[in-house]
Amino acid sequence: MRVETIPTLVRSCYLASIRHKSNRALLKLVQFPTHLYFLANSPMKHTRLTLRSFLISLSVLLIASCSSGPDETRVEQGNREGVLHFGNGAEPQGLDPHIVTGVPEHHVIQALFEGLVLKNPYTLEVEPGLAASWDISEDGRVYTFHLQENASWSNGDPITAEDFRWSWERALTPALGNLYNYMLFPVVNAQAFAEGLIEDFSEVGVRVLDEHTLEVSLNEPTPYILQLFDHYSTFPVHRGTIEAFGSPTDRFSQWARLGNIVTNGAFELTEWDLNSHIRVEKRESYWDSANVSLNAIVFYPTENLTTEERMFRDGQLHRTGDIPLDKVPVYLAESPESIEIAPYIGTYYYMINTTKAPFDDARVRKALAMSLDRELLVETVLEGIVDPAYGVVPPGTLGYNPPKTFDFDPEGARALLAEAGFPNGEGFPSFDILYNTQESHRKIAVAIQQMWAQHLGVAVGLVNQEWKVYLSTQENMAYDVSRRGWIGDYVDPNTFLDMFITDGGNNKTGFSDARYDQIIFQDAPASTSREERYALFEEAERILLEQMPIIPIYTYKSKHLRVPSIQGMPANLMDYFNYKYVSLESESE
Amino acid sequence: MWRFLTWRLLQAIPVILAVITITFFLVRAAPGGPFSTEKAVHPQVQAALEAQYRLDQPMIQQYLSYLGDLVQGDLGPSFNFPGRSVNELIFSGLPITAELGLYAMLVAVLIGGLAGVFAALKPNSLQDYVPMSLSMIGICMPSFLLGPLLVLIFGIWLDWLPISGWGNSPGDKVLPSITLGAMYAGYIARLSRSGMLEVLSADYLRTARAKGLPERVVIAKHALRGGLLPVITFLGPAFAGLLSGSFVVETVFQIPGLGRFYIQAAFNRDYTMILGTTTFLAALIVFFNLLSDVSAAWLNPRLRYQFKKAS
Repeated sequence: MRVETIPTLVRSCYLASIRHKSNRALLKLVQFPTHLYFLANSPMKHTRLTLRSFLISLSVLLIASCSSGPDETRVEQGNREGVLHFGNGAEPQGLDPHIVTGVPEHHVIQALFEGLVLKNPYTLEVEPGLAASWDISEDGRVYTFHLQENASWSNGDPITAEDFRWSWERALTPALGNLYNYMLFPVVNAQAFAEGLIEDFSEVGVRVLDEHTLEVSLNEPTPYILQLFDHYSTFPVHRGTIEAFGSPTDRFSQWARLGNIVTNGAFELTEWDLNSHIRVEKRESYWDSANVSLNAIVFYPTENLTTEERMFRDGQLHRTGDIPLDKVPVYLAESPESIEIAPYIGTYYYMINTTKAPFDDARVRKALAMSLDRELLVETVLEGIVDPAYGVVPPGTLGYNPPKTFDFDPEGARALLAEAGFPNGEGFPSFDILYNTQESHRKIAVAIQQMWAQHLGVAVGLVNQEWKVYLSTQENMAYDVSRRGWIGDYVDPNTFLDMFITDGGNNKTGFSDARYDQIIFQDAPASTSREERYALFEEAERILLEQMPIIPIYTYKSKHLRVPSIQGMPANLMDYFNYKYVSLESESE
Repeated sequence: MWRFLTWRLLQAIPVILAVITITFFLVRAAPGGPFSTEKAVHPQVQAALEAQYRLDQPMIQQYLSYLGDLVQGDLGPSFNFPGRSVNELIFSGLPITAELGLYAMLVAVLIGGLAGVFAALKPNSLQDYVPMSLSMIGICMPSFLLGPLLVLIFGIWLDWLPISGWGNSPGDKVLPSITLGAMYAGYIARLSRSGMLEVLSADYLRTARAKGLPERVVIAKHALRGGLLPVITFLGPAFAGLLSGSFVVETVFQIPGLGRFYIQAAFNRDYTMILGTTTFLAALIVFFNLLSDVSAAWLNPRLRYQFKKAS
């Protein structure tokens, strides 16, 4: 049937509707399908033809719409044009580096902005960003940064040391409410300024020596400080633009919107459709644009993991943010070249409320930790893709490995529990495992419930709560045992160990140890060599594992689906990538 | 009629006010606030955030200033998207959700209406059983199952249609519309079947046939008008349901509609966004209910008479 049938169809539908002189539009809508039925059964030849032609033209239209354009997927087109299609997990809250928090925001901000340093994605060691080089004083407390001479903002303004000073003042101003302001706390007086104890920013350890030289003074020789200068909360922002859109501390400011935003990174923002996509394109005026291979990156807010996986399978994404756990074995078996699983700087653990009897007894906590068969748990529930954990710091954190002080030992665990007054679990009060509502957490909790019942004879219940409710229960210490995960902010054992200082905001277990506090606050920051520091951290971690306020369960892995054409995006502990290293290979070549 | 309309519109005001009030206090009573995160929030930072969003004021004052802004059409700033207002977010998602709802409605009315009338013409035959069983499947099959299933068949195996997105490539609106419309098609099929059955045995149809009218005219002109009335009454609430219930389809097909904002807002405790979308949807539902009452009255002389008597 030819396309001429379409006008025939429209005409006959029209005739059919006026024939019955119905002037009720709403009713007509409902009558329409019925008309079709009768038209098909009517003895009149031309109307019979109409239904057939309707159906045929409908399928013609459908097929025509599907096969339009060359037979090329979005990924193939992206490979040809140098456009990376990136599954980004969620819609970013915004793009103001001093306001937002979270991984999806980080991925976009990393393309648009740059700080003093960048990281090499292969080694995670820092390399020059906006700072071309830097000098460190003998005592390790003063850093002098020499900025790139030819770096500019996307509106053409040069990037100067003053930009950094002003931006850090903004990042630390209390009224802004920057959740990551603590990234700058190693700087002299930064914490006092952020807490409103001093009002004069000139007392903070940041000085502009000349247009391209910035001096930063630290409280202690903080060996991981350079890592922090690659975090977006320490990135410079454009003063003129922010002030043009209102107060620098106004969270409702419009400066970071499409059309307003001025950036300093390798890419600039060109499209932003909420919940649809964000597109950034290569900025030719970037100081190192010769070394940028990608022409554009498109970020998709792929909240639903199974949708994201389907998009990948359909050739719409180069790389996904995650993989549904149950798809992992399928990909490993069928297309191992498109799955990437790598150690990740995060630990999954259970925390114990040490302020509550009988959990105030370290022997009880150790018995709980020792009666978990982590190998079995990892093998069965977790599809064998993660590693069992026996310490809180993930192994291999820039050369640090946690001590292994205990093992799966049901005998020993029972003995400890008996010592604490509960032989064979008799008289042990029943308690609950709290977790936030998610299938994988539930599976783990069920397995652990089973293990504790089997090895210790204790009765355990399960409680799941919606995310924010769960957070508030933890905050109020209204739990017995609770699931938790922690992802490191930077590559250093300190990002894990400083959680458990007395009354620390992230402690939430009631754990307190004077020697532990002393190591974290004084001894480790003051140490001069990496060996000395790591020895101190190991001592601290031993204290933690002796007291066992938390039960380490497994070390995270990052998992992604990715097409083989992506180059220069190696797997690493931080799941970090540097877009300057990334390139796409066109498969036809 | 006008008095009836005015009266119904006036009735809507306390309904919407009640929705606002209950939602306002309910979201604030829920554990966890908009700024609670896995990482501890410094007390100074928490205080600064609360001050920026006026959460440091007494609850009743927050409520009154919210109502004050609302009267001026301002739904406030979003907590989760700094720098964006709730108005802006709603109006970025609404056109897409409305378009999706409209197509889903078309799917529902075309397929459902046809199947229902078809079934009613030969009750208790195969012509009745097949469409009615299909409609039951349509009603029972949740969209989070139907969507991925359609994607698998038409998107991945047959490779006929795009599997996600909205308005990016031709044809990407087909699967979401079918997925969302399927359940309503099932309801409409059942409603139109029972409506038609009732009318087909009515005396006036026998009269019409006795007068020698062809069957086609009897059914299409006389029977449909009465038989499809229940469907018309259902369309208003159904369209409101399509607008407020599309979030699953929006998530499955990666569509930037209102439903996703609504769900994200609830998870993030985005107070203003929850309130704004709830109020907005409540107003829509009230409006569509009113619309379906009015159109039912318009089409049914008996009801029209009752309204006249009442007013």
